[in-house]
Amino acid sequence: MNLDPTADQRLFQSTTREFLAKSVPVEAVRALAEAGRGFDRAWWRKGAELGWTAPLVPERFGGGSVSEAPMADLALVAVEFGRACAPGPLTTTSAVISGLVLEQDRFADLLAEIVGGETVAVWAHYEPGRGLEPRDADTTAVPDGDGFRISGIKDRVESGDQADIFLVDAHGPDGPVQVLIRADAPGVSVAPTWTLDVVRRTAQVSCTDVAVGADAVVQRDPAEATAAMRTQLRVAAALTAAEMTGATDRAFEMTMRWMFDRYTFGRQLASFQALKHRVADYKTWLEACHATAWAAANAFADDPTAAAEAVSVAKSYIGATAPGIVQECVQLHGGIGVTWEHDMHLYLRRVTLGRALYGTPGEHRRLLTDLMERNAA
Amino acid sequence: MTDGTAANDVESVDSFRDRARRWLEDNLPPAPPNQLGETSKSAAAWTRAKELQRILYDGGFAGICFPKEYGGLGLTPTHQRAFSEESRDYEMPLALNIPTLTICAATILDMGSEEQKRTHISAVLRGEELLVQFLSEPRGGSDLAGLTTRADRKGDSWVLNGAKIWSSGAYAADYALCLARTDWDVPKHAGLTMFLVPVRTPGVTVQQITQVDGSREFCQEFFDDVVLPADAVVGQVNGGWETANRQLFHERSAVGGASPYSSGIQSHSGRDVSGLVDLARRTGQLADPRVREDIGEARALNMVHDQLIARITHGIGSGALPPAAGSIVRLFSAQNSWLQADMAVRIAGASAATGTTADDAGFGQAGQDYLMRQAWSLAGGSTEMARNIISERVLGMPREFAADRDIPFNQVEHGH
Repeated sequence: MNLDPTADQRLFQSTTREFLAKSVPVEAVRALAEAGRGFDRAWWRKGAELGWTAPLVPERFGGGSVSEAPMADLALVAVEFGRACAPGPLTTTSAVISGLVLEQDRFADLLAEIVGGETVAVWAHYEPGRGLEPRDADTTAVPDGDGFRISGIKDRVESGDQADIFLVDAHGPDGPVQVLIRADAPGVSVAPTWTLDVVRRTAQVSCTDVAVGADAVVQRDPAEATAAMRTQLRVAAALTAAEMTGATDRAFEMTMRWMFDRYTFGRQLASFQALKHRVADYKTWLEACHATAWAAANAFADDPTAAAEAVSVAKSYIGATAPGIVQECVQLHGGIGVTWEHDMHLYLRRVTLGRALYGTPGEHRRLLTDLMERNAA
Repeated sequence: MTDGTAANDVESVDSFRDRARRWLEDNLPPAPPNQLGETSKSAAAWTRAKELQRILYDGGFAGICFPKEYGGLGLTPTHQRAFSEESRDYEMPLALNIPTLTICAATILDMGSEEQKRTHISAVLRGEELLVQFLSEPRGGSDLAGLTTRADRKGDSWVLNGAKIWSSGAYAADYALCLARTDWDVPKHAGLTMFLVPVRTPGVTVQQITQVDGSREFCQEFFDDVVLPADAVVGQVNGGWETANRQLFHERSAVGGASPYSSGIQSHSGRDVSGLVDLARRTGQLADPRVREDIGEARALNMVHDQLIARITHGIGSGALPPAAGSIVRLFSAQNSWLQADMAVRIAGASAATGTTADDAGFGQAGQDYLMRQAWSLAGGSTEMARNIISERVLGMPREFAADRDIPFNQVEHGH
C-alpha cells in the first residue's frame, strides 16, 4: 500500500506477512471455515506478540507503534490480512482499543489483556435493520445505582461468537453511552449469524437487563460517547479499507500470473489487447485504492474533520471499486474462477463483506456531502 | 545551515508560502467566477494571461521549478504546490499552463540547446511567448511516429512541408514544437526531428477548428515551404523521437494534473463539486439521499485523484514505479472527468438539454460539458494508448503486433 515505508514499518509488515503465510496458509483458512471457527485463540496471542494489537496503545500499557503514525502501522498489517484472507478480530479489536485509550488509566488492566491477546474485546455497534446513520441506539441503558442495566439487540458484531467482552453502544437517559459487557454475563446471549466471509465472522448479541457496574461504563457523557463512536468507526472503516486493498492486490496478482501462464489460441492470455486494456483499468483502480487507503490511514494525525473526510473517501471508493476488480479477476479466470476449489472466491467474499461493514459506499458518500455542507457553512 | 552559505540557503516552504500569501493579496485580483471552467479563450484572454504572467515574474513568483539561470526560481515542487494552493482565490494565468509551461517549456528544459533554454524559457516566464505543440496529423492519431510532415535539408536550413492538427491555442502562439520526418529510409522512429517553429512566419497557415461545444481552441496548420534555420532543431537531427518522448511524458503529467511546472490550481479533469451542490439546490434535490450520494461520490473521486497523483509521482520519483506509471494518472483523470460530467447531467435532469432563459446557464453548462466529455480521454494521447502503456510497460504484458516495426518508413503500407 505504501510505496515507501520506513525501515521499521517494512520489518513489521514483512514479519506479519511471513507469519501469516506460515500460520494461516489458504489450506488453514479453509480448515477454519469448515470447522466453523473464525480463528484460533492461541494463534491470535502469537499475532499479539508480533504487535498487531499494540500500535494504538501507549507504551505504558504494553503497546507501542513502530513509527510516528500508529494507524499507518496498523493499516500495513490490515493489508497483509487482506492478502492472506487471514482470520482474526484485527479491525474490531482495534476499534475497541481506540475507544478505551481515550479513557486511558481507567482501563489499563483490560488494555494490557487485549494487547497481550489474552482477552478478545469486540465492538457491538450495529443494530438489526439499521445502517450507519447517526441515530440513537434502540439498545437502552437504564440507570441502576452508579451503573446501568442494558437491554437490546446488536448485530454485525465481528467475531462476536469468540469474544470475551463487548464494547456496547447504548442509549442512556441523556443520550448515547458506551459500556463494557462480558460475554458470560447473566442476560447476554450470542448467536452466530451467516456471513459471506469464511473466517471473518459476525454474530448477533442480545442483552436482557444486563447489569453493568460503574467500573464498566466507558463513556457516560453523550457528547464524549458520540465522539468515541466516531473515532471507533473511523478506525474500523480505515482498517477495513486497507484490508480490502490487500485482498484486491492479491487477487489481481494471482490473475496477472494466470494471464501469463494460461495459453489460448496459441498465445498467452496476457497478449490479447482486449484483455490488456481491461487489466490496465483494474491496475489503475487498484493503485487508486492503495493511494486512498494510505491517505486515510495517515490522516489520523490531522484534525478530526480531515480524518473523517479521508476515511469516507477511502471507504466509499474502495468499497465501490474493490469488489468490482475482484469480480473481473474471477471473469478473467474463466470457469475455474467460480469453483469452490479456486481461491478467488475467498477474496471476493472478503471484499464483499468489507464493502458492507462500517459504512457502505452510499453511506460514506452521504457523509462526505454532509461534511462539505458543514465546511461550507 | 549554520555558516550561512548562500548557495544552500533554500527558503523553507512555510516561509515561501507566507510570503506568497501576502504578495498575492497585494498584487492579484480575485479569481473570476469561471477561472477553472473556462474552455474557450478570446484574444483578450490570451493578452490578459500574458499580463498576469508578467506580474508573477516581476513579483518573483514565476517558474518556481525552473532553474534560476533561465529565469525561474530553482525551487522544489513542494514550493510550487504551496504557491498554487495559495493562489486558488486569485486571477492566475492558468491558460499558460498547458501546453506552454508544463509541456513545451519543460521539454525545452530537458532537450533544448543552451541558447534555446535561455531564449525561450525566460521569454515564457516573462509572459512574452506562448508555445504550442505541432504533433498530431490529419492522417494519423495515436500512431504519432507514423507522421508524414517532412523537413528537407537545404544547405544550412530546413524546408518544412505538410500539415498538423489538434494544436490547442496555435492561433495565439508564438512558437511550436513541431515533429517532422527527416529521413524516410529508416524505420519510423529513427527518421524524426523536432523543430522549434515560429508560428507567424511565411508559409505557415493556421486555421481554427470549431468544437462540439462551440469553442474554437483547436487548430490545424499547413506548412508550405517553411524555411527553418539549423538552430531550430530541438535535440538531435533524427533523434526527434527521444525529444517527443520527453514531451509526451510532460504532456501526460500535465493532463493528469501532476506537472511540477504548473502554476496555480490546475483545471485538471476533476472539478470543484460545489457546482453539483448548486445544481442540486436549484433543482430542489439537495435533500434527496441518492443525489447526496452522487455529490459525495464526485467529491471522493476528486480526492482520490489527488491522492493517486501523489502516490504515482512519489513512486516514480523513488523508483518504486516505472516512469510509464504516469499513464495511470492519465487514465484515472479521464475516468474521473467522465464521472464528473455524468453526475452534473444526472442531477440537472432535462435542464441539461433544454431551457428557456439565461438563468438556465448553469444547467446548459452541464449539457455542454457532457458533449465535450470525451475530450479528456482524447487530449494528450487517447486513453487506449494509456491502457497500452500501462499493460505493456507497467505490467509487462506482451506488446501488440505492429506491421511497421523495423521496416524503413518508405516501405510501410499507409493505406489511402
